[in-house]
Amino acid sequence: MRLDAADRQLIDRYQRHLPVCERPYQEMARELGLTEDEVIARLSRLQENQVLSRVGPVFEHSRAGASLLAAVAAPENQMDLVAARINRAPGVNHNYAREHAYNLWFVMTAPDEETLDERLDELEHQLQLPMLRLPMIEGYHIDLGFDIDWEALP
Amino acid sequence: MSTSTLKSDLLSERDRALIVATQAGLPLVSDPWAELGKQLDMPADEVLARFQKMQDNGVIRRVAAVPDHYRLGYQFNGMTVWDVCDDAIARLGDQVGCLPFVSHCYQRPRHLPYWSYNLFAMVHGISRDEVEHKAAQIREVLGDACSGHTILYSSAILKKTGLRLKKQSGRS
Repeated sequence: MRLDAADRQLIDRYQRHLPVCERPYQEMARELGLTEDEVIARLSRLQENQVLSRVGPVFEHSRAGASLLAAVAAPENQMDLVAARINRAPGVNHNYAREHAYNLWFVMTAPDEETLDERLDELEHQLQLPMLRLPMIEGYHIDLGFDIDWEALP
Repeated sequence: MSTSTLKSDLLSERDRALIVATQAGLPLVSDPWAELGKQLDMPADEVLARFQKMQDNGVIRRVAAVPDHYRLGYQFNGMTVWDVCDDAIARLGDQVGCLPFVSHCYQRPRHLPYWSYNLFAMVHGISRDEVEHKAAQIREVLGDACSGHTILYSSAILKKTGLRLKKQSGRS
């Protein structure tokens, strides 16, 4: 989908932070020299087209609860089955297939560490596959996006 | 960031209701706080004040127009993983995290002998070549401190949602 200059500006300028104030879209409009209605219309369209996954808060799981990245090596012919079981497990919010012996990578979340461990133990038992548990030890750059090279995009 | 602090005692019932109402996004209307207030039966200024408080105490990491990189055309998502000397990882992790094309960069534990990589850096590209080229730049930053690496390309997104607190009936 082609985006015009104003769409690109909206993404470049607000993909990391947008103003949290009484009238956020009015403030963005002022900064970009657009009208508030236009900002709202553009954001709505970009969200409808799924160019924006959302306009809103990104929550810190460790503050709102607990989370952990885990991986399993599912036998090639059982991948769909294993993936479906992972997706159904309570607390799983991401699951990616990746090209590696460890071919399923997912994030498990829970209200607290104890529940998190219980959920992981339960899932590991259900899958009958050893699970690689990879908690974050340190975050050097946490999900802040990256500069988009518009010219290079198809 | 430490995972030990705060937890659920930090969040009141009303905060949780606000999280549930905003986890898929803010209302795209002129006064989003009033709109949320209507849904939650809360005055608009209380909604905004609670929201700002959750930003201040770190429950909300950021508020943004979050792009879907895959949808934008970055079809190749490479999780680059590196075996970095423990003494150097703090310094080098910072440097890798500062590269403009790295979207996430974390230290995670090794699980020898199955898993020897302790530094994770997420890289997106419009082609495999682009991801490889970016990984080569990370390799350069890491230098002799790195004794191995690989790139795990994603072949399918099987599930992707933000934080999802369930609406809770009765008890919290």
